[in-house]
Amino acid sequence: MTTTTVDEAPFIEPEASAPRNYLNDEYGVLSWLLTRDHKRIAVLYAFSVTLFFVVGGIMAFLMRLELLTPEGDLFTSDTYNKLFTLHGIVMIFFFLIPAIPAVLGNFILPIMLGAKDLAFPKLNLLSWYIYMIGGTFGVYVIIAGGVDTGWTFYTPFSTQYSNTHVFAVTLGAFITGFSSILTGLNFLVTIHRMRAPGLTWFRLPLFVWSIYATSVVIMLATPVLAITLALLMIERVLHVGIFDPALGGDPVLYQHMFWFYSHPAVYIMILPGMAVISECVAAFTRKKIFGYKFVAFSSLAIAFLGFLVWAHHLFVAGISIYSALIFSFLSMIVAVPSAIKVFNWTATLYKASVSWQTPMLYVLGFIGLFTIGGVTGLFLGALGVDVHVHDSYFVVAHFHYIMVGGTIMAYLAGIHYWWPKMTGRMYPEWWARLSALLVFVGFNLTFFPQFLVGYVGMPRRYHAYAPEFQVLNVLSTAGATVLAAGYLLPMIYLAWSLKFGRKAGPNPWGAVGLEWATTSPPPKENFHETPVVSWEAYDYPAFLKAMKETQHG
Amino acid sequence: MMLSDFPLFPESASSVAKYVDGLYLGLVLVTGAVSLLIWLAIFYLAIKYRRRPDNELAQEQEPPAALELTWTVVPLIVFLGIFVAGAWVYFRIQRVPSNALEVYATGRQWMWKFQHATGQREINTLHVPVNRPVKITMASEDVIHSLWFPAFRVKNDVLPNRYRTMWFQATKTGRFHIFCAEYCGTQHSGMIGWVEVMEPTEYQRWLAGGSEGSLASQGEKLFQKYACNTCHTNDATGRGPVLAGIAGKTVPLADGTNIVADDNYLRESILNPTAKVAAGFQPIMPTFQGQVSEEDLIRLLAYVKSVPAPAVQQVRQP
Repeated sequence: MTTTTVDEAPFIEPEASAPRNYLNDEYGVLSWLLTRDHKRIAVLYAFSVTLFFVVGGIMAFLMRLELLTPEGDLFTSDTYNKLFTLHGIVMIFFFLIPAIPAVLGNFILPIMLGAKDLAFPKLNLLSWYIYMIGGTFGVYVIIAGGVDTGWTFYTPFSTQYSNTHVFAVTLGAFITGFSSILTGLNFLVTIHRMRAPGLTWFRLPLFVWSIYATSVVIMLATPVLAITLALLMIERVLHVGIFDPALGGDPVLYQHMFWFYSHPAVYIMILPGMAVISECVAAFTRKKIFGYKFVAFSSLAIAFLGFLVWAHHLFVAGISIYSALIFSFLSMIVAVPSAIKVFNWTATLYKASVSWQTPMLYVLGFIGLFTIGGVTGLFLGALGVDVHVHDSYFVVAHFHYIMVGGTIMAYLAGIHYWWPKMTGRMYPEWWARLSALLVFVGFNLTFFPQFLVGYVGMPRRYHAYAPEFQVLNVLSTAGATVLAAGYLLPMIYLAWSLKFGRKAGPNPWGAVGLEWATTSPPPKENFHETPVVSWEAYDYPAFLKAMKETQHG
Repeated sequence: MMLSDFPLFPESASSVAKYVDGLYLGLVLVTGAVSLLIWLAIFYLAIKYRRRPDNELAQEQEPPAALELTWTVVPLIVFLGIFVAGAWVYFRIQRVPSNALEVYATGRQWMWKFQHATGQREINTLHVPVNRPVKITMASEDVIHSLWFPAFRVKNDVLPNRYRTMWFQATKTGRFHIFCAEYCGTQHSGMIGWVEVMEPTEYQRWLAGGSEGSLASQGEKLFQKYACNTCHTNDATGRGPVLAGIAGKTVPLADGTNIVADDNYLRESILNPTAKVAAGFQPIMPTFQGQVSEEDLIRLLAYVKSVPAPAVQQVRQP
C-alpha cells in the first residue's frame, strides 16, 4: 500500500510494513558514528544519557547509604563531598539537560513537523560529539579523583580553596553547554522553517511549543554559563581577580552570574518534561488538550519569566532587602503559568477516555509530584520561610520533586510512549506498570521525608548530621532502594523488548500526530511523501470518526 | 519508636520563630489543600472517565472556558498573598532592634569564632542572654559560610569581603544548634556548634569570667601596634583623618561623593585604603590586607567606635 494523504481527516493511513527503516537502512559502527539521521543521533544520545544516569544514580545511592547513620562512617568527608558534587554535575549537565530534548526531541520533533530531518543534520551530529567530549572530561574527573565544590562551583572556594579537579570539570560543563546551544539552534530553525505544508503554529503539537520555549532559553542562558565558567577558570588558573575578594573580586557576583544561567536551566530541564506530558495527556485521554493556547503560551511565559527570578537563590547571600522583595514577588509570578498547565491537564481528563497504560501512569505521577514540587517552591519564594529553610534539605526535596518527580517521570512517560515508534516493539505492559508504581512509591518515600528533616534543621551537603535527624534519613534511604529497583526494571525489560517485545504496528495507542502516521520504526526519511496537514493538533473527534468509518466501511 | 523520633519542627526559641512557623503552617495548609484537591480531581476524573468499551471515545463537551481566567487569577492572588505574608515575616527577621547586644562572629574553615564587646572569645559556642536582642556582625576569613540557628529560624551567609549582620532574640534558655549552611569544604558538616541561652544573671556571671579586657581596649593596643596612631591622631595635625567619633558619620570623599562611615566602610578603609579616600587627604595609607586578621579587625573597629568625638569638631579644610 502506498501513502495516502487525506485532506479531510487527520487520519493518514500508514504504510503497511515497510521493509526498510532507519535501524536497518545501514549497518556497521560507522553508519552510526557518522550518521546524520536525527533518529540515529537520538539513539546515540539515549545510550549516552542512560550511561550518565546510571553513574549519577550510583553516586546518589552511595550517599543515601552514608546517610543511614548520623556519623560519617562509610566514606571520608572528602569522598562524600565529591559524591554529591559529581552526582549534581553528572545528573544536571550530562543527564537532565540533554535527556528529553536530545533523545525524545531529536527523534520525534522532525517527525511531528512532517520533516525529513532537522534543519542542520551535521550540526546535530556535532552536538552529540561535543556532548561526548564534555562528558569525557566528566568521566576523566571521576577517575582522576573527583571534584568537591558542589555542582554550583561557588567562589572563592572553587577558585582558590579547592584542590580537586575544578578546572577539568568546569571545562567539561563549558564544552557541553555548546552542545545544548547547537541543539537549541537546530530546533528553533527547524520549527520555523521546516513545518509540513498546512502545519501552522496553532496546529503544532504542544510538545513543539514547549521544546521551542526550551530552545529559546537554551540559546539565551547557556552563553552566560559559558562566560561564568570561563571567568571562573581564568581566576582559578591565572589568578585574575574577578570573584575572589583576596584578589579584589566579589564572590556574590559569581552567584548572580551563575544563577542567571542556572535558574533558567531549571526551565531547560522541566519545559521538555511538560512537552512530553502534554502529548501523553492528549494521547491517553483521546482529547484535545483543554486550553491549548493557554498551555502553549504558558510555556513561553515560563521561558520569559524564568530569566527574572535568579536572585531568589541569593535571599540570604547578601542582596539588599529591596532586591529580595522584588525577586520574591517575581518568583510568585513565575509560578502562575506552571499552575495554568497543571489545571489544564487536569481539566483535559473531564469526559475523556482515560487509558491507564504505563505512559499515563507516569503522567498522573508527574502531575501529582510536580504540583508538590511547585507549591514547595512557593515556600522558598516566601522570604520569611526561605531564611530558615534556605540551604536545608527542604530545598533538596523541592528540586528533586521538580527534577526527578517532574522531569524524570516525564522522560520515562515519553520513553514508554514513543518506544514502539523508536523500536517497532511494545514493552511488556505489566512490568512497566510495576516499575511506574515502584518509581512513584520509592520517589515519595525518598524525598518527602527530606522536606520534614529540612524544616527541622538539617543543612544540605552534610556528611555527618545530628542524631535527631536519623529516622527521617533512614526512611529516605529505604525509599531510595525502592526507587533504584523502579529505575532498574525498565532498563531490563526495555532491552528485553527489543528482541522479544510484541510488534507494535504504526499506531499502537490510536493516537493522532504525524509520528503515528508513519511506520514503526520510521523509514530513514520519516515519510515517503511529505504529509499535508489540514487539521488541528489532537483532533481526536475527527480522527476517531475516520477510524470508525474505516472499521465499519 | 517514639513520636519524638519524628520531629516536625525544631525547637522554637526566638521571637521570630512563631511567625516563621505560622507562615510555614499556613502554607502547608493552603498548598496542601490545593494539592490534595488536584490529586483527588485527577484520580476521580481518571477513574470516572477510564477507557471502557462504552467509553472508547472522549466526549466532545469541554469544561467551561471561563475556568481559564479563574485559574489564572485566583492562583495569582493567592501567590501574591503569600508574597506579602513572606515579606511581612522577613521584615521582622531583618529589622534589628536598636538596643541589641553586639556580638561578632568570624567564620573560617571549619570553625565559628565569636567575640563579645567585653572581650570574651569563644569557638563553636556562643553565650547569649535570654529575652534580649542580640545582633551579630560577621565576616569570613576564607570562603563563604552561612550561620544558621534553626531554633531561632534565622540564617545569613558570611562573606569574606564585607560585614553582614543578623539578629535574634532568644525566648528560651537552653542549648541550641549552630550549623554552617553554606558548603565550605571538607569539614563543612563539622562546622557546627551550640548557642547557650542563659538567664541574664547567669550571663552576667559568665561575662565576669576571665577576658583580656574589653574588645575596645584590645583594639586600642592594636591601634598602637599597627602604628595607626602615628597618622590618625586625635587632632587635625595628623596625615590621616581624625577617627574619634567618625563611626556612623557621613564622610565627604575625595571624589566629591559622601559615604556613611559604617562598619563596612571602616573595614574597607583598613584593607583597601585607597578605594574611598576621605576628602582632603592623600592616598598614602598602606593596605593592611593579609596583615590584620578578621578578629583583630573587629577589635580595631570596636576601638574606633568607642572613642567619642572631640568636644569641638575640628574639620580640616581641603
